[in-house]
Amino acid sequence: MEQYQPDRPSPALRAAARRSLSGGRAALARRSLLRASAGGALALGGLGTLGACGIPPAGRSRGGERAEDRSAKEKTVAFSNWTEYMDVDDSGKRHPTLEAFTRRTGIEVEYTEDINDNNEFFGKIKPQLAAGQDTGRDIIVLTDWLAARLIRLGWVQKLDPANLPHAYTNLSAQFRNPDWDPGHAYSYPWQAVSTVVAYNRKALDGIEVTSVSDLLDNPRLKGRVGFLAEMRDTVGMVLQDMGKEAAAFTGDDYDAALARIQKAVDRGQIRRFTGNDYTADLNSGDLAACLAWAGDVVQLQADNPDVGHIVPDSGCITSTDVLLIPNKARHKTNAERLIDYYYEPEPAAELAAYINYVCPVDGVKAELEKIDADAANNPLIIPDRDLAAKSFAFRSLTSEEETAYEEKFAKLTGA
Amino acid sequence: MTTTLTEAPPPVASTAQQRTPPRARGRLTPYWLLLPGVLWLLVFFLMPMVYQASTSVQTGSLEEGYQVTWHFATYWDALSEYWPQFVRSVLYAGSATVLCLLLGYPLAYLIAFRAGRWRTLVLILVIAPFFTSFLIRTLAWKTILADGGPVVGALNTLHVLDVTSWLGMTAGDRVLATPLAVVCGLTYNFLPFMILPLYTSLERIDGRLHEAAGDLYATPFTTFRKVTLPLSMPGVVSGTLLTFIPASGDYINADLLGSTDTRMIGNVIQTQFLRILDYPTAAALSFLLMAAILLVVTLYIRKSGTEDLV
Repeated sequence: MEQYQPDRPSPALRAAARRSLSGGRAALARRSLLRASAGGALALGGLGTLGACGIPPAGRSRGGERAEDRSAKEKTVAFSNWTEYMDVDDSGKRHPTLEAFTRRTGIEVEYTEDINDNNEFFGKIKPQLAAGQDTGRDIIVLTDWLAARLIRLGWVQKLDPANLPHAYTNLSAQFRNPDWDPGHAYSYPWQAVSTVVAYNRKALDGIEVTSVSDLLDNPRLKGRVGFLAEMRDTVGMVLQDMGKEAAAFTGDDYDAALARIQKAVDRGQIRRFTGNDYTADLNSGDLAACLAWAGDVVQLQADNPDVGHIVPDSGCITSTDVLLIPNKARHKTNAERLIDYYYEPEPAAELAAYINYVCPVDGVKAELEKIDADAANNPLIIPDRDLAAKSFAFRSLTSEEETAYEEKFAKLTGA
Repeated sequence: MTTTLTEAPPPVASTAQQRTPPRARGRLTPYWLLLPGVLWLLVFFLMPMVYQASTSVQTGSLEEGYQVTWHFATYWDALSEYWPQFVRSVLYAGSATVLCLLLGYPLAYLIAFRAGRWRTLVLILVIAPFFTSFLIRTLAWKTILADGGPVVGALNTLHVLDVTSWLGMTAGDRVLATPLAVVCGLTYNFLPFMILPLYTSLERIDGRLHEAAGDLYATPFTTFRKVTLPLSMPGVVSGTLLTFIPASGDYINADLLGSTDTRMIGNVIQTQFLRILDYPTAAALSFLLMAAILLVVTLYIRKSGTEDLV
């Protein structure tokens, strides 16, 4: 882990500075202005003809990405997150870490759990962001690949490093410098999610599962194996299993991995490609083994001792869910303070103890031991050296690759 | 009507003076009353349709934007690529509709003629599942049809699954993640749409017609065939339409209860729109689905007639 040296800018800070010099938005202002006027002309053409209904380029939002920052005047911040992704007290209504933040800073957090699915949420906020409008949210949490897309489209704001001292210091080495956001100029990890192989001991009935190959090939598991509908997790795990690198694969590697999964589909080996709903199937034993998200497995294990998991020797795919500030958000500074707050070990530990996902914050282990010793020693929450070495990220895709790969994968899962 | 009134000689002079002259506005009243409905259709039906139609003939990408290029080939590509899902949707929705009719008709008959003072209660029971969400209702079927559950156990003991397996409706000794599970889910979720119209048209039948049929020595079966069934046809037609149309576009059941070989056209549209971000193909598929439903429904209505469709 690289040490934070206050007198010397961290690599992250330097990368951020570089980006702000070379990748400024100013250069794009004229182009977006042209597009805006073209869009206006099209709209004036009238709704009557279909020809007038072209969708303007989704690229850089017209009118700049910034809105006036009202953080100083309005002590509030709107935080949109996934369901069950925040600590809750016993009454189930209050979020202790958020309340502590409000007590300390006086900033009221409007917390909503309105994100259920990356793709759906993208569909939901796309019209506003494409039109350069405020989404009404100051912070959103999205999975890395979608965050990469939003950054590519220029729909999220660059963070101000001055407001994020803890985040710079405490971000774990494993999560520094992702290829889609070098130096974390736009995003900071909220939690990380590892994809592992989970099983139901009772349903396995003595069959040994040690790798993804077992899921794909063992005839005794026919029709009782689940894979994830999330393309990157499923294909990434298979790529690793085939000895390829999910972090650096070629188009041929991708096709080979798909061909391998297709064979298993054709044989009836794979029961379903699932979203979060695999948990019910695994719990009931309808799925004997499946790819699963580690955080779910930790929670399932607590209720059902038959559920177990392994991290294959070939490694596991770790993706991150990151915090982003969408364009036109009106409380940017407040949002940055909230992001930074969750990089302090104490709130981070409290959060980790509750939600059981991989914590991206260094120095949490000691804090977590005070709250929940089991969690502190669970490598699925605080990754040990072994697991960190076996964690791989799925490399970022270009827009063309993304479309082509998703399409091929969709065909595989039945369209 | 107003002109005759004005031209008619006033019967009493004083009342003629009191009567307000015919208002030209009055003629517009029906249109004013139509306005909310028409506006609603314009904003929530026509505009989205135009927008979708436009999207379906555009080309481009998220980064570059989409332009209308009148690229009609999208339709052909979409159809040639995804016709199996179309056929499957029609088959599944059709099977679910037939099952709904077979299950729903006796129940509606019971409620209309035999339930007596239990009628309201039974009707509420029919609608009660709708108090919970569609998703929850569908997920419940995962528990009902679980591999180790009693239903699948019983079906296996009776060797029913051997038959359905042979027909290709199930796979091995399980029901979940097979076409049968999807059809079961569809049937269950849309059953009330069948029962309620059937009930309304059965309930309207005059009981004296049954008595008359009996007086004329008709057997109960003949009474049903010659009196009840023909009179309930409007209910049958609207019930089948209300079941078939939403069922053929459904994607939740195929998603949760099905597998890779049970994906319906709704799943394809969802994937194209949300995952692959191929908006033109998604729009084209939606139009093709509408066209397919329109075709099936037109043929059906021509065959069954709509004279007194509820």
